[in-house]
Amino acid sequence: MTEALRLNARDAKAKSGGQDSFIEAYRWMVLGRVFEDKIASLYRAGKIVGGVYLGRGQEAFSTALASQLREGDIYSPLIRDLSGRLAFGESVLDSMRTYLGSVEGPMRGRDGNIHYGRPLAGMPAMISHLGAMVPVVSGMLMARRITGRLGDAVGAVTMGDGGTSTGAFHEGLNMAAVERLPLVVSVANNQFAYSTPTSRQYACADLVDRARGYGIEGYSVDALNLREALDTFRNAIDRARSGHGPQMVVGTLLRLNGHGEHDDAAYVPDELRNSRLGQDCLILARKQLIENGWLDETKCETIDAEAIRKVAEALSIAQREHTPDPYAENWEALHTRHLVEGSHTTTP
Amino acid sequence: MSITYLEAIRAAQAKALDEDPTVFIYGQDIGPFGGAFKATKNLYTAHPDRVLDAPISEDAIIGAAVGAAIEGMRPIVEMQFADFSSIGFNQIVNQAATLFWRTNVPCPITIRLPSGGTPGSGPFHSQSMEAIYAHYPGLVVLTPATVEDAYSMLLDAIALDDPVIFCEHKFLYYHLKAEALPDKNLPIGKARIARSGKHATVVTYSAMVHEALRAADELQRENVDIEVVDLRSVKPIDTDTVLGSVARTGRLLAVGEAFPWGGVTAEIISRATCEGFHLLDGPPQRLNARDTPIPYHPDLWAVHRPNAQSIVHAVRRLIRF
Repeated sequence: MTEALRLNARDAKAKSGGQDSFIEAYRWMVLGRVFEDKIASLYRAGKIVGGVYLGRGQEAFSTALASQLREGDIYSPLIRDLSGRLAFGESVLDSMRTYLGSVEGPMRGRDGNIHYGRPLAGMPAMISHLGAMVPVVSGMLMARRITGRLGDAVGAVTMGDGGTSTGAFHEGLNMAAVERLPLVVSVANNQFAYSTPTSRQYACADLVDRARGYGIEGYSVDALNLREALDTFRNAIDRARSGHGPQMVVGTLLRLNGHGEHDDAAYVPDELRNSRLGQDCLILARKQLIENGWLDETKCETIDAEAIRKVAEALSIAQREHTPDPYAENWEALHTRHLVEGSHTTTP
Repeated sequence: MSITYLEAIRAAQAKALDEDPTVFIYGQDIGPFGGAFKATKNLYTAHPDRVLDAPISEDAIIGAAVGAAIEGMRPIVEMQFADFSSIGFNQIVNQAATLFWRTNVPCPITIRLPSGGTPGSGPFHSQSMEAIYAHYPGLVVLTPATVEDAYSMLLDAIALDDPVIFCEHKFLYYHLKAEALPDKNLPIGKARIARSGKHATVVTYSAMVHEALRAADELQRENVDIEVVDLRSVKPIDTDTVLGSVARTGRLLAVGEAFPWGGVTAEIISRATCEGFHLLDGPPQRLNARDTPIPYHPDLWAVHRPNAQSIVHAVRRLIRF
C-alpha cells in the first residue's frame, strides 16, 4: 500500500462541527469552482481534448462529504465531484494534468477529464458506467475486513439521481447492506440525468425512501446549505464508522450547468432555474460566512485570490508538460508481459 | 486413486486458500452448501472467513472482487454458470480489464465460469463465453481440457497479476479422471499437442479436445492421422504451436463449441492464413456450434455442437482438397 491520499492537514477543531469545518469546506468549494471555470474556458478555447463535465451548484454537497473523510478512508467520486476530489487530497496539478492529458498525471493520457484516481491511495478511478463503483468500494472494504485491516475506516461513494436507476447501484448497495459495510453513499439529486427529469427517472416520493428497502440508514438534506450538508455527512460518517452499516445521504439541488460543456441545458425550465433550488451554494455559503462574522469580505477575496493563483500555477506547469507519444507508448494491457499477445492485425 | 476434473478444481482452490491468506472465494451458494456443482465443497469449513456466499448479484460480485484486488487480495469468483456472467459483463470488461492499463494497479482476480453444454441444460445453462471475453484487452482467458490442466492452470490463474477468465467445462466435471494431480505442467500461454499426426491439424480446446481425440481414433481406421492441438489458453493463443503443427500437416481445421460468428476458431483461421498461408495445402476449415440458441432436448443438443462424428466429416472434406 502506498500512503493514503487524505493528506490535507486538519486540526481537531475542524472535526468538531464548528466554523473551522465550514471555512475549510468553503475553501475547497472555491478552489473547485475556480478550477472548473478555468477548465470551461479552456474547453471553449479548444484546449481540452474530449468532454468537460462540471459540478457547478454541487460543490457544497460534494465537499461536505469529502472534507470530513480521514486518512485511510476511501473516496470514490463521480463526474461532478471535483471540489470533493480536491478536499479528499487530490492535487490541483494532477487534476489539471488529467484534463490536459499530461503524461505526468496519474492517468498518463490513457484516460482523461474526470476519469482519474489513485486506487492504492483510497481513491479508485471511476468508470463511466454509473453505479459500477458501489461494488468496487464495497469490495475494498470487504478485503480490509477479511485481512483485519479495516479498523474504523469508511468508504464513500457518490452518485446522482440517474445513477440510482442502474442495476449496479442496486446490486452494490444491497450487497453492502448484507455485509453491513461502513459505506457512505451520497446521492446528489440534481434534478436531471443529462436531459431526463426525475419524473422519468424514479417514482418514489424521495430517493431516500430506498434506504429503508435496503435495510440501511438514510437522510435527506438541503444540499445548497453547506452547514446542513456538513452536519448530515458528519453524522452519517460517524454512524458508518461505529458499526451501523451503510448510510445513504440524498441531497436536493439543481445542476447549474449542462450535463457537459457541450450541453446548454435548454431543457431545464426557467421556473426551476429561478426557484430556490436554482440558487448557487457557493454564494449562499459565502453569505453565511459573512453573516456569522466568521470571515469578512477581504478574507473571502483572499480565498478567491489564493484559488486563482493555485489554478493558474497548476495550469502553467501542466501546459508545459509532455502529452503522450504514441510511438513510445507501452501498448500492453496486461501486467504479465509475457502473456501479451503479439500484434496479429495491427500495423507495427 | 483417481481424481476428477471437478475435484482438481476444488483441490486447486483448497491449496490456494491454504497457502495464501489473500485468496478468498466469493459467489452464490459456495459457502456451507459447497456450490451448485460442489466445486467448493468443504472449503468453507476450513476457511469460513474467506469462502463467502454472495447475493444473486453478478455485477456486484465482480465489482467487489476488483475492489478487493485493489486492496491486495486475490479473489476467486465463482459464477454459478458461465451464462450468468453476462450480468457481470460490465465489471469484467470495463472495470477489471481496464484497471491496470488505466491506473497501473494490477487486478489479480480469477473468474471461474462453469461453461459449455451438457444434455438437457438448455439455452441459459450451456454457453461458451470465451470468445466474448477474449475480445477485450486486459483479460487472460483459459480453457482447460484435462484434469491436470484444470488443476495447474487454476493455480497459475490465481497467482497471475491479471484478471483471468477461467472457462471450466461442465461436461468434463464428473467423468474426466486422472490418476494424480501434477506437480508441474506447461505454463499458461502454451498449447499442447494432444495427439500427433501427419495428415491434418485439428486445433481445438476444452471439451472439444475429447471429441477431436475420438474423431482421431475413427479416422485412424481410414489411415488418416490427425494432429490434435489443445490450445489450453485462448488468450493468449499459442500461434507458434498452431503454425508448427500446420507446417507438419499442411491442413487445418479449427473446432469450437461456441457460436459460429467470429470467435476462437475464426481467430485461429485468421492467424494461420495471415501468417502461415505458405504452409497450407488447402483452404483451412472451421467447425462450431449452430447459429441458434442452445437447445434443451438432448437429441437436438447432440447435433447443435460439434461432436466426434461431425469432426470426422469435416476432416474427410478437408483432406480431399
